[in-house]
Amino acid sequence: MAFDSHEKRQFKQVGTRPPRPDGVDKVTGRAQYGADVTAPGMLTARILRSPHAHARIVSIDTSEAEAMAGVKGVVTGRDFALPEDAGLADIAVNVMARDKALYDGHAVAAVAAVSPAIAKAALKAIKVQYEVLPHVTDVDAAMQPGAPVVLEGRALESVPAGMSVNVTHASEFGHGDLAAGFAKADRIVERSFKTAATHQGYIEPHACLASVTVDGKADLWCCTQGQFMVRTVCAALMGMEASQLRVTASEIGGGFGGKTTVFIEPVALVLARKTGRPVKITMTRDEVFRATGPTVSTSIDVKIGMTKDGRITAGEARLRYSGGAFPCGTVDMGAMAAFAAYDLEAVRTQGWNVLTNRPKEAAYRAPGAPQAIYAVESVVDELCQILKLDPLDVRIRNAAKKGTKSSYGPVFDDIGLLATLEAAKAHPHYKAPLKPGQARGVSCGFWFNFGGNTCVSLNVNTDGTVGVTEGNPDIGGSRASISLMAAEELGIPYDKVRTIVADTASLGYNDVTDGSRVTFSVGLATIAAARDAKVKMCARAAKIWGIDDEAVEWKDGAAWPAGPNAGQFPPMSLAEIAAVSFQTGGPIAGHHEVNADGAGVSFGVHLCDLEVDPETGKTTILRYSVFQDAGKAVHPDYVEGQMQGGAVQGIGWALNEEYIYGRDGRLQNPGFLDYRVPVASDLPMIEAVILEIPNPGHPYGVRGVGETPIVPPLAAISNGVSRAVGVRMQELPLSPPRVLKAIKAA
Amino acid sequence: MSSISVSTTVNGDPVDFVCTPDESLLDALRNRMGLTGAKEGCGTGDCGACSVLLNGRLVCSCLVLAAEAEGAEIATVEGMAGPEGLHPLQRAFIDHAALQCGVCTPGILVAAKALLEKNPDPSDEEVRYWLAGNLCRCTGYDKIVRAVQAAAAEMRSA
Ligand code: FES
Ligand code: FES
Repeated sequence: MAFDSHEKRQFKQVGTRPPRPDGVDKVTGRAQYGADVTAPGMLTARILRSPHAHARIVSIDTSEAEAMAGVKGVVTGRDFALPEDAGLADIAVNVMARDKALYDGHAVAAVAAVSPAIAKAALKAIKVQYEVLPHVTDVDAAMQPGAPVVLEGRALESVPAGMSVNVTHASEFGHGDLAAGFAKADRIVERSFKTAATHQGYIEPHACLASVTVDGKADLWCCTQGQFMVRTVCAALMGMEASQLRVTASEIGGGFGGKTTVFIEPVALVLARKTGRPVKITMTRDEVFRATGPTVSTSIDVKIGMTKDGRITAGEARLRYSGGAFPCGTVDMGAMAAFAAYDLEAVRTQGWNVLTNRPKEAAYRAPGAPQAIYAVESVVDELCQILKLDPLDVRIRNAAKKGTKSSYGPVFDDIGLLATLEAAKAHPHYKAPLKPGQARGVSCGFWFNFGGNTCVSLNVNTDGTVGVTEGNPDIGGSRASISLMAAEELGIPYDKVRTIVADTASLGYNDVTDGSRVTFSVGLATIAAARDAKVKMCARAAKIWGIDDEAVEWKDGAAWPAGPNAGQFPPMSLAEIAAVSFQTGGPIAGHHEVNADGAGVSFGVHLCDLEVDPETGKTTILRYSVFQDAGKAVHPDYVEGQMQGGAVQGIGWALNEEYIYGRDGRLQNPGFLDYRVPVASDLPMIEAVILEIPNPGHPYGVRGVGETPIVPPLAAISNGVSRAVGVRMQELPLSPPRVLKAIKAA
Repeated sequence: MSSISVSTTVNGDPVDFVCTPDESLLDALRNRMGLTGAKEGCGTGDCGACSVLLNGRLVCSCLVLAAEAEGAEIATVEGMAGPEGLHPLQRAFIDHAALQCGVCTPGILVAAKALLEKNPDPSDEEVRYWLAGNLCRCTGYDKIVRAVQAAAAEMRSA
């Protein structure tokens, strides 16, 4: 749906900051999250998990557990159908191991019992005989010839012969003559980087409640980013028809991509079917860390050539990503995003995915991009240092703009990168003097954004209020944004609109809440549904006035005769038309269904001032500013919130967060004490500067904003730390011991 | 395991419940009393989502045994709003968009209320250190600190 460029639009409500509709529920404890519901006769299930990184499951003896008083059902991998589709089959095997446990924490059996204590005790009574196999958790080690083989026969045709069996996926992007580009450079820098796997770290562990009736109808309540995705996957794993499984999304306590797949939901359903009782599963935090999330871990080489005056002549990157024990395409995103911020004559990126004995990767905010862009932005920064160039000037000089052939192929339409860079340069933060020992880091960031399948119903109530029914869980204020767009389009006050998130039986399919798609796609569908309703309301007014439908137009929340020839009638408001709808043809509703494209790519620039304690290697963030193009900020508070929250997750990734595996292949830090996410006292205020360069693909110009802000912090901080300590840092996180080691080695 | 019966006051109301000796106060609140405002983010005292007041003291209810609540006064997020409406902190959190997913919010509100009772005029740094035990993964804390300060200012002028 194209941008409404013909109208010089003065927004009346979009762009304001009203209270969110679910605010009261969420500040009073009334809002119901995944673990907050119960059902009569409910059982509690617990999951037994592999203590080994890699082991053949020789046998599982559940007889003793099954015989315990209060135990109602036990399941293992044998109880789950294996779908033909390879992607679904991988999810099924990840949900419950079959012949092999592929990582520490891989589920091998589950017990449903009348109390949590009995379920827990029954886990101990299950006897699993393992044959421990050699394991590998490091991405580079897994690529070596002779590395332990995680899974066989999973390489796609794109993988060249002769690579390790663990390599499943290869891709290549770029254009131009690299050799000629490097030949034109005055300076070439080539570096290798590593980034640790991190976890999305949502505060709400996965939780669900399932029930299945004897005639095969099932209900599932769960915290998810996409109830329709849950239905599709669970129906396939259960051998059910979609219509027989109704999935209701609870309020969701964070996801960031990590709740775009299933883990416990099929287990609860299978146990509910087996026992005939509702079954609830809530993960512990230890389980969340060991068996869900995380991101890919990576190893990346980057080579960039630059002229003395700061023109990038060529860029090349080789990316090795591991998405854990299953094939994973996230490296494509990294290979595409690495150089997206630059207008380059010669660029090439190659990516490989490698299997390791780690949990199956789940999306985390701009999946694959932060790592690749961290590596590229680190080398750009080093070239700026060597050539004594201003890092923002160099980025402005090379910035991609409208008409640029992007490093991954498409030609960019209107994009906001230059405006964002210029805003950063003009901001007082960039001019503020630094004290001795302090340094400033800069980085660009990029994300593709996504549209996707979306379905919205908009019902006009007879009292002049409106209900919007959408299908995407509200993870950060989206009900407010959707209500604002409906109110704007219809010309009625915001508080006359109520937006609800429907279950899978009440609305057509909606893709998961991901790809920064909700405000864009659901907003677009809501605007279109409102337009559909307006056409119908104009027709009702026409009927009342006895004139042609085309002779009526919608303005300022009312139907008006269009022009002097239509006749003289006083306008009819939405409320007036709604009040008599039963006499003019029945209820009034608007609908829109779309597979939306035109999401419009997103760019951001971050500035970070920091200092490093030379005694301890600890980094303190002193000042942080985020500049990002939002297209049109529908509810600026929640746009700022995305920018601030994403930046802080990136700060955690840069400074502290990492999956640490022991030599036994077991995760050493599966808890918030040892996996340290940023806390309030670690941080300054995060200044969010919103730019609005309308997205040509949305009627109000909206662009997704949720993912881009996690991208720049990795390099912004690493560049700041590198400048502060005088050593180019090449590995994340920049934990105090690692930084201290670099300082000492310098 | 034999059950223990416990008499407490929760949000001003007398409440009796039974629990097992190893049951946490958080589980008793959520599963025995139906007060699901306090959340379990970790169960190990690291996230603060389960924050409640026990005899006026801020605690992680996942680290307190339910049986320890015998004779105690417990305050949870469910008790913050009165018949006259939301607590100033609750209003400020909505007005300043200090929540995104909202799952940390009950714990943070309880903790912030405890702070303002002790210190009605905290600095930003004091707010940040006091809330350092309450993880929020969504907001980056910026709007939370602003909301607490706005509520503190309103409460001082009331
Ligand atoms: S649940 Fe109690 S501190 Fe996390
Ligand atoms: S608002 Fe989601 S964790 Fe704080």
